[in-house]
Order: sequence, then C-alpha cells, then structure tokens
Amino acid sequence: MRSRRDFLKVAGCLTTGTLLSHRFAWAQSGKLKVGLMLPYTGTYAALGNAITSGFKLAVAERSGRLGGRELEYFTVDDESDPSKAPENTNRLVQRDKVDVLIGTVHSGVALGMVKIARETGTLLLIPNAGAAAATGELCSPNIFRTSFSNWQTGYPMGKVVADRGLKNVVAITWKYAAGEESIGGFSEGLTKGGGKVVKELWVPFPQVEFQALLTQIASLKPDAVYTFFAGAGAVKFVKDYAAAGLKGKIPLFGSGFLTDGVLEAQGEAAQGLETTLHYGDGLDTPRNKAFRQAYSKANKGEPDVYAVQGYDTGLLLAAGLEAVRGDASKKNDLIAALEKARIDSPRGAWTLSKAHNPIQDIYLRKVVGAQNKVIGVAHKALEDPARGCNMKKT
Amino acid sequence: MEFLVQLLNGIQYGLLLFLLASGLTLIFGIMGVLNLAHGSFYMVGAYLAFWLARQIGNLWLAVPIELAMVLMIGVILEMGLFSRLYRRDHLHQVLLSFGLILIFEELRSIFFGDDVHGVPVPEALRHSIPITDTLSYPVYRLFISGTCLVLAGAMYAVIQKTKIGMTIRAGSTNREMVQSLGINIKLVYRWVFALGVTLAAFAGMIAAPVSSVYPGMGGQILIVCFVVVVIGGIGSIKGAMIAALLIGIVDTLGQVLLPEFSGAAVYLLMAVILLWRPRGLFRVA
Repeated sequence: MRSRRDFLKVAGCLTTGTLLSHRFAWAQSGKLKVGLMLPYTGTYAALGNAITSGFKLAVAERSGRLGGRELEYFTVDDESDPSKAPENTNRLVQRDKVDVLIGTVHSGVALGMVKIARETGTLLLIPNAGAAAATGELCSPNIFRTSFSNWQTGYPMGKVVADRGLKNVVAITWKYAAGEESIGGFSEGLTKGGGKVVKELWVPFPQVEFQALLTQIASLKPDAVYTFFAGAGAVKFVKDYAAAGLKGKIPLFGSGFLTDGVLEAQGEAAQGLETTLHYGDGLDTPRNKAFRQAYSKANKGEPDVYAVQGYDTGLLLAAGLEAVRGDASKKNDLIAALEKARIDSPRGAWTLSKAHNPIQDIYLRKVVGAQNKVIGVAHKALEDPARGCNMKKT
Repeated sequence: MEFLVQLLNGIQYGLLLFLLASGLTLIFGIMGVLNLAHGSFYMVGAYLAFWLARQIGNLWLAVPIELAMVLMIGVILEMGLFSRLYRRDHLHQVLLSFGLILIFEELRSIFFGDDVHGVPVPEALRHSIPITDTLSYPVYRLFISGTCLVLAGAMYAVIQKTKIGMTIRAGSTNREMVQSLGINIKLVYRWVFALGVTLAAFAGMIAAPVSSVYPGMGGQILIVCFVVVVIGGIGSIKGAMIAALLIGIVDTLGQVLLPEFSGAAVYLLMAVILLWRPRGLFRVA
C-alpha cells in the first residue's frame, strides 16, 4: 500500500514538475513559430522554393534570430489549390499555433488564408499573391503584403504601351483573380493614355494549351498584345507565341512574371520581350549586387523576384520583431512597427501604404541574354489604389 | 481561314491525346488494370527527353535510348507490382498507382528539381510555315500529328491483323480459355503493360519541345485522358481515336467560341455522350 502511494506521489510531482518547467522554458526562450504555407509541388513549386530560400537567407543574415528569438518552421504544401486553403491554414493556425503565417503564391489560396487571418487575428505576411482584395476590401491590421498588387504590375505597362502609339491591344491571361486584376490595371493605364483593350482572351487556370487563342490573335491583328502568365504557363506561352510566327509582327508585352525565373527555359523566344515589374535581376545597385552574391552563395542558382519577395518578408518580420524584442504577443506594438518599417530591399527601398501594400518603383525591363535588364522606371513610387479598404484599428 | 486553322489546332491536340489515351485504354480495357500513374509516365517521358537531349545533345538519338529505358521500367513494375493485383479489386490498383504517382513526383523533384525547363525543338523541324501574313504554323506540331497518325495505324494493324493482336483481344474476353490453349497470357500482358506506359512516355517525349517540362504535368493531362477513354468506350482503340479527336476539336473551338465555358466544354461533351451511350462510343465486348 505504502509503496503504491509513494509511487503516485512521486509520479504526480514529476508530472507537475515537467509541465511547469516546460511552460517556464517556453516563456523564457521559446522559439518563434513560423508557418510557411507555400506551393512546393505543381505549377508554382519553383516559386514556393525561391520564397522559402529568400526568407531563410534574411534570417541567416541575422544569425538565425529575429528580435533575439530563434525560429521554428512549420511547413505546409498548399498545392496552389484554393479548395484546400482553409484546411491547410487551419492546420497551421489551430494545430501548430504559429505566431506568424507566411503565404502564398496563388491569389485564390492567399484569399483563403486572409479569411482565416481575419477571423483569428494571426499575423499574416503575403510574400507573393497580388490579389487586390488582400490589401483592398479585405484589408486588416494583421495582414501585410511584401510583394505587389496585381494592379501595380499592370497599370504602368498600360501607360508605356499607349505612349508608344500602340492603341488597340488584345489581352490574354488565365481566368483567375491575378490575371483579371493585372489586365484591369493595364486597361486602366492604357485607357488613360488614349488606347483601348479591344479583346480579352481567357484560358482556364492552369491550362497551357494556347494554340487556339494564338490563331485568334493572328486574325484580330491588334497593335500589341498584353499578357499575364507565370511559371510553366509563361514558358509555354512565350515559346508558342514565337512558334506561331507572331513574335516580331505583333509586339508582346507583359507583367514581369512572364520572364522571371523562366528565361533559361524560354530560350531564344524571350529575347527582347519588355515587361514591367517591381524588380529586375539586372538592377544595377550595390544593394542588389550584394544580395545576389549572398543568395547564390547560400543556394544553388540565381535569385529571381520571388526570392527577393521572400527575402523582404524576412526583413519586414525582422524589423517588427526587433521593435518588440521578439515578443510577438505584443500585437499592437508589433503591427505599429511593421507599418513604420522602411525596407532596404534589393529592389530598392520601400515602405508600406495605409492598406499594408508596398509603395514601390515599377521598372520597365527588357530581356537581354539571360537577364531582365532594367531599361527605365515605368512608374515611380507607385501606390495601389486599395479600393474598398476600410482599416479598423483594434 | 481562321476556322480551318482552328480545326487543325484541334486535330493536332486530339492526336496527341490519343497517343496518351491509347496506352491507358489498352491497360485499363484489355487487362482491367486501373493505372492512375499513367500520367506520371507522360511526365517521365518528358523529363527523360529533357535530360537525355541535354546529355547527348541530340533528340533523335535520345528517343530510342529512352524508349528502351521506359519499356524496362514498365516490365519491372508489372512483374513486381501490378501482376500481383490483377485479381484484386480496382480500389487496390488505385491505391498502388496513386502511390506510384507520389513516388514518381518525388523522384522527379530529387533528380530534376522543381523548375520549369524547355526542350529545344530539333534543328530540322524548327521553322514555321506561313499561312497568313501574321500567322504561321510550326512544322514541329505537324510532325507530332504525323507521328501520332503513323503510330495509330501501326497499333490498329497489330491489334486487328496479327496473331499477337488476336491473343490480346482473346485474353481480354476470356483469360482462362486463352491459357488453356497453351498461350502464356501472363507474358503477353506483361508486354501490353510495358508498351502501354511506353506509349505514354513517348507522348511526353515528343510533346516536351512544345509543352516544356514542369512539375505536375502528368496529373493535368491524366484527367483529360480518362475522359477520352470513357467517351471512346473502355478498351477500344478506335473509340479512343475518335474520342480524342472529338475532345481536341471541342476544346479548341470551345476556347474560341465560348470562352466563358471553355473549361467545361469537354466535360459537357462527356456528359452528353454518356447519356446517349452509357458505355461509350465503342465499348469492347
């Protein structure tokens, strides 16, 4: 009897002790839980990996600590599938209880994450997806974007094309938020310059069979073609455009994703293409050169715009956490610090708008050899109009 | 003029679909094996073409080497895995082949990474034929169509006119009877399986220069292939041919005429045909 009671006592003490020490340790030096929800398979796999590498480079440059805290990663492959977004996001938020959520590439998936971030108040940093709503009608104090809005990458090109006297333009893209908004921005810029989008052609995402629509473009004979494609779709579209004999006859313009991270695969067909984006790998600044060197040293391969966005996400998070000394539970202070941050990015310094989207220069780039050479600034310090954003302070 | 070119686009897409779907319909219809990993072989073919073309520097030389490699993989998979499941439920085959999809994707990620790659069109086929002043048609696309037609003809001849073809057809109706006539049906099936997946790999290989190679490329096309097989009637090569052309044309014209519904046009076609003929156009036996 005695021995059994003793045993229970000891066991009880031990259990309590472990629990206590566990909690204690957590409060003292617990790791900051970072949830990475990105595409690691499918059409956008390469983008997800580049963002991850960029983010980890920013962390490595701070000896693995942000605001004095080490990071613990929780990774989920979102498969660029919007229907799985709520479940995947909940896994990170509810089960893993992450302090910061980072994701993602596909706009539809990102909006799923935005919805849950709004409900739970979890801090969300969007390293790519340009869906207008994320910093528009669905904007929220705890949601930040470090990349661009789709509008931002299309609008400046509209002006560039109109200024060259190309007035009748056909637009072609995938039928989903990113494509629609990019064309919307382009159309707005083009109309301002006196031009017009005469026809919009849609391809279901993520289909890559363009032959029918290319035939249609050839018979419409517009002054120019504007397009939004990325990843595998961008490779195939650019090659098909050239193979159909359209290259050199009808000039092709695009948002910069058309030629980013895919130039090697596009080969000869991409030469001379002009696009607008908030970054160019040929950007000739010391900051960019230093970044490119550090990135190629830590990873195999050259960084692209996605790597920069991942890197900037790391910079932004670092700025926020340093201000609160790594205490992510001081949410209001953290958000205030993030809002005030000035990010010294490889793309050029940027700050956040009231709706939490970068105010940044948009470059005009031209494909020369294996590089997107920056040939000018298409629009200086461009701010997304953030239509429908009504930010309520908590 | 534009309509004719669109028709050509549709036929060309349809012929490529046929090449893929014919292997699927052979394995599924004749052997009764449900192989979801069929699309993976399309991907394997495309990546091997990319890799070998780069290693050897010549797509023409790469093709036969690659075909031999895929044939071997097919034989090994049949011996080691699929032959054990012939008498089992389709669900077991689904689980096995789904597992294979994951394995192939992971191997692809390990060996080739997750980047998109281009495969250069062979030098001799690199030019385009001008049709109107703005439009030209790439010769390589015509070459794909020609190759598919030749293969379709060869397949039809083998299955309908030769003794091997007769054995295969007989085996699909009554396996035991063929065996009792002293024919080693297991061996025949082994080669049908290997040839089926080799066809898929070959489709991936010749499509690689126009489609480029990218992760998950097999999954996308597999769904359309199943639609082809179901519309054509399971196990019918002739059905697969007609269904593939039908889908190619409907998909192409759908994109032009009904852009709002282009994603659904193919499935609508399937629904209508299945209402009219629940077993597909040319169901075998």
